[in-house]
Amino acid sequence: MNAWIRSVLMPVQGTAYAGRVDHLYLFLIYVSAFFFLLVAGLTGYFVIRYRRRGPGDRTPHITHHHGLEAAWTLIPLAIVMFIFFWGFHSYMDVTVSPADALEIQVTAKKWLWQFEYPNGVRTINELHVPLGKPVKLVMTSEDVIHGFFVPTFRIKQDVVPNTYTQLWFQATVPGIHELECTQYCGQGHSTMLAKIFVDDEKKYNDWLATGGDAGKNMPLAEFGAMLYASHGCRTCHSLDGIKGQGPSFKGIWGHPVKLSDGKSVMVDENYVRESILLPQAKIVAGFEPIMPTFQGMLRERELKALVEFVKAQK
Amino acid sequence: MSAAATLQHHFTTAEQQADASKIGMWLFLVTEILLFGGLFVGFAIMQSLHREAFLEAHHHLDRVLGFVNTVVLLTSSYTMVMAVHSARTDRRKRVIVYLLLTLICAGVFLGIKYTEYSHKFHEGLLPGRFYSHKGDTVPGQFMFFSFYFMMTGLHGLHILGGMAAIAWVLRRAVRGDFSHGYYTPVDLVGLYWHLVDLIWIYLFPLLYLIK
Amino acid sequence: MSDNYLSSPRGIKSWLTTVDHKRIGVMYLASILFAFLLGGIFAILIRIELLKPGHNIMSADTYNRVFTLHGAIMIFLFIIPSIPAALGNFVLPLMLGAKDVAFPRLNLASYYIYVAGALLAIAAMVAGGVDTGWTFYTPYSTTTNGSVGLMTFAAFVLGFSSIFTGINFIATVHKLRAPGMGWFRMPLFVWGMYATAIIQVLATPVLGITLLLIIMERVFSVGIFNPQLGGDPILFQHFFWFYSHPAVYIMILPGMAIISEVIPCFSRKTIFGYKAIAYSSIAIAGVSFLVWGHHMFVSGQSPLANVIFSFLTFLVAIPSGVKVFNWIATMYKGSISLEAPMLYAISFLLLFAIGGLTGLFLGALATDVHLHDTYFVVAHFHFVMMGGTVMAFLAGLHFWWPKMFGRMYSEAWARVSAALIFVGFNVTFLTQFVLGSRGMPRRYYNYLDQFQPLHVFSTVGSWVLALGFLIMAGYLWASLRRPMDAPANPWGAVGLEWQTSSPPPEHNFEEVPLVTGGPYDYSTPEPDPAEVHA
Repeated sequence: MNAWIRSVLMPVQGTAYAGRVDHLYLFLIYVSAFFFLLVAGLTGYFVIRYRRRGPGDRTPHITHHHGLEAAWTLIPLAIVMFIFFWGFHSYMDVTVSPADALEIQVTAKKWLWQFEYPNGVRTINELHVPLGKPVKLVMTSEDVIHGFFVPTFRIKQDVVPNTYTQLWFQATVPGIHELECTQYCGQGHSTMLAKIFVDDEKKYNDWLATGGDAGKNMPLAEFGAMLYASHGCRTCHSLDGIKGQGPSFKGIWGHPVKLSDGKSVMVDENYVRESILLPQAKIVAGFEPIMPTFQGMLRERELKALVEFVKAQK
Repeated sequence: MSAAATLQHHFTTAEQQADASKIGMWLFLVTEILLFGGLFVGFAIMQSLHREAFLEAHHHLDRVLGFVNTVVLLTSSYTMVMAVHSARTDRRKRVIVYLLLTLICAGVFLGIKYTEYSHKFHEGLLPGRFYSHKGDTVPGQFMFFSFYFMMTGLHGLHILGGMAAIAWVLRRAVRGDFSHGYYTPVDLVGLYWHLVDLIWIYLFPLLYLIK
Repeated sequence: MSDNYLSSPRGIKSWLTTVDHKRIGVMYLASILFAFLLGGIFAILIRIELLKPGHNIMSADTYNRVFTLHGAIMIFLFIIPSIPAALGNFVLPLMLGAKDVAFPRLNLASYYIYVAGALLAIAAMVAGGVDTGWTFYTPYSTTTNGSVGLMTFAAFVLGFSSIFTGINFIATVHKLRAPGMGWFRMPLFVWGMYATAIIQVLATPVLGITLLLIIMERVFSVGIFNPQLGGDPILFQHFFWFYSHPAVYIMILPGMAIISEVIPCFSRKTIFGYKAIAYSSIAIAGVSFLVWGHHMFVSGQSPLANVIFSFLTFLVAIPSGVKVFNWIATMYKGSISLEAPMLYAISFLLLFAIGGLTGLFLGALATDVHLHDTYFVVAHFHFVMMGGTVMAFLAGLHFWWPKMFGRMYSEAWARVSAALIFVGFNVTFLTQFVLGSRGMPRRYYNYLDQFQPLHVFSTVGSWVLALGFLIMAGYLWASLRRPMDAPANPWGAVGLEWQTSSPPPEHNFEEVPLVTGGPYDYSTPEPDPAEVHA
């Protein structure tokens, strides 16, 4: 029964802590069901049992009952205090991270997630962590408040500019877990998603050693397609010609575009590269200067891959 | 003017009407305290985060002028009390004199504030992004001036509003509307004025004097 | 037919310059219903957009503006003024046996300030709209494009309307009760409005200064909320929620106040636990000021603060629970009939119970971390605000409709509408609890494919809900075109408002009533309707 309720209402449990949260959640479901059925049941029963028979109905003049009132004040009070303690106790688990936790730096900005690992490797929109080991995230934002939410881990923390907030977890389920931004941050809020790759320790270490280069053996255009999706370009630049917050990539390669200052520029390797690293330098006419910069966030091969990708859009 | 002529139709006695009006004004004053309270809390928090900057910044305020303004407002509260008392004791001419004196005090207050503001503008000691004072050894002083201008500015607006209310009551006093049986508007405007004075009593030490 | 407050004095100028609380109440009623229509249209648009992930009928930018406006309109232009200004203004003086509220001219000013605020809000929409969410969190709200300054100023102006209504009601309750009506002979509706007024007076100014500070940040960069200038964006959240949490009790207390009138009447039985309900209203008002931090459990505030706020939050649940049990006990051995007002009161009991119980999930720290900023919260507040306050508002509207307009409405169509609204509401919002606990964040234009079936189900529910309201608009409009033939007391209710004609004369009562008994003296059999016909 419990398992069925969990499967309907909750995502998979990605950590042991998730199990503890679900335990409290289930208890609350039962308490709620009990009280709701009590309220609905009594109401339904009274409405039928005491329905009006006629205009001459007399009703007893009952103004209060101290015993009953005390009961339905004190019993709910005891129940909610119990719930409070349980919630507080479980919560304490998630506030203090173990001393030996692996520390990963998180930087949020509109509208992507950057992760930096202890050995200097950096990734965008993908977080790799080892299975079964505690991981502590030290987080800050470069602009507005964002929210770091992993439903399968049951953890969440706002990511605030000019200060560091923290979160820790120990993943127990290998595979890919979703990360969603959960503090409204503007146009790209609902596409500010990332993936958390939970791998066994060996696979994680191998990945870390390669410098996090997933597209190492991919052809450039295919690698570019992957980066287009994972790095948030997709949020603003369509591939089918529909105008978004940024120009569509469909068929732009090799043609000139008109800029907001009236000048014209050819869409070639240099233009695409400059638009990624210095997006404010040349704004296409009819668009706002809101593209974030990827300066310092992409390796040379990644830039080449994106250029090839744009070239391939017919 | 007789008291009965000013009794509104939904009240049964003049006393009931006066009491209700008093309750209304007190409640309004509570809202004003909470409005300014937000700014006081904001100031306290920013001050605790930026102690040196606030300490350094407040030296630019002229304590003498601030003190004079405090005396001026306290005097205006006294003249206001006398105006209410005069209304309650049927002394129409004195009501007019005391209300005028209150207005003059308020004008002096605003005049001194104008002088202070001019000095700040001249020095570039302006709120937020308009701060352009040169030669600061401690950075971040603009925040103090953000609060200085917001708090004294909001207070100044309330002084102006109070002056308008006093002028209106003055006009009615000249017309002979008030007597021992009906002097509620003088009473209520008096209450408002005392609050405006009280807020300054808190502002002055907070902005000008705190170490 | 004799003159009543609607028919005399005549002419549009007499309406625009009226100081009659009944006419002001009617003007407010028309205005808030219009706001509800506007907010409702935005809601339907939101739900249509969410039929599939990504682009459906509007861009992300437009969607963000639509949900912000839906929230801002519903909260500031509809729900906060709804019961107090539209129904309370009409009924409160009558219930007290008074000829008007304490400050009739302030009452009219309050209405015009509401109109001014509404026009400013519309101007903000026309000028491009706002995409910050109704909560205006910094630094996003202080740095984004859009007419944030205009919209926050509109809310600032609307705050005064709310404050003046609160001041008026408190003074009225203190000073204008009929002879013989001590505090504990007042109807519980009055207690509820009084507790609401306390919150309106104490909390709204804090919102006022908070909104002014946003404007100051945008215009002058004063720095208080700007992290780059040494300010604290989380301080904004403290200021904002210090008002906005008590504000939700401004929304629910009047609803509870109506239920305390409707259930005794339609059970023909005195209210159970009068004093408990009266005191719990004041207790809710007081404790409501202590729990604002439960909106900020994951904001970065300290774990200690979180623990304290969680504890206090659970305390505030108890008085509400007490009231629900008292209302059910009132029905015990009653003589219950299920006309429209009672159908809505029963809907309230069931839906508010769910809303309140789901608050437990959000008050508990461990579960809140998972559920915060997801659709679970959206479902919770729609259950308490719509399943609670709006159902109670509809109960009150149908209860006092004949008193206000002198006509009955079609009971058959009212029942159809109530059923559609109840079913539509549950389909729309029960689904959203599941969406939330499964990890669907709120304010999301795009979403993961797995959430689509539930979104479609919720949207279909919204169409049923909308249909219910359209039918209601229809039969209420039809009612206004009938002749004015409602009796003074169609429900056989006890209360001073029922002892004058339907609609009342301009000055409320022919003679000042003298109160000699308690407010819920239903233990005598229903009087012969012919005897109470005005």
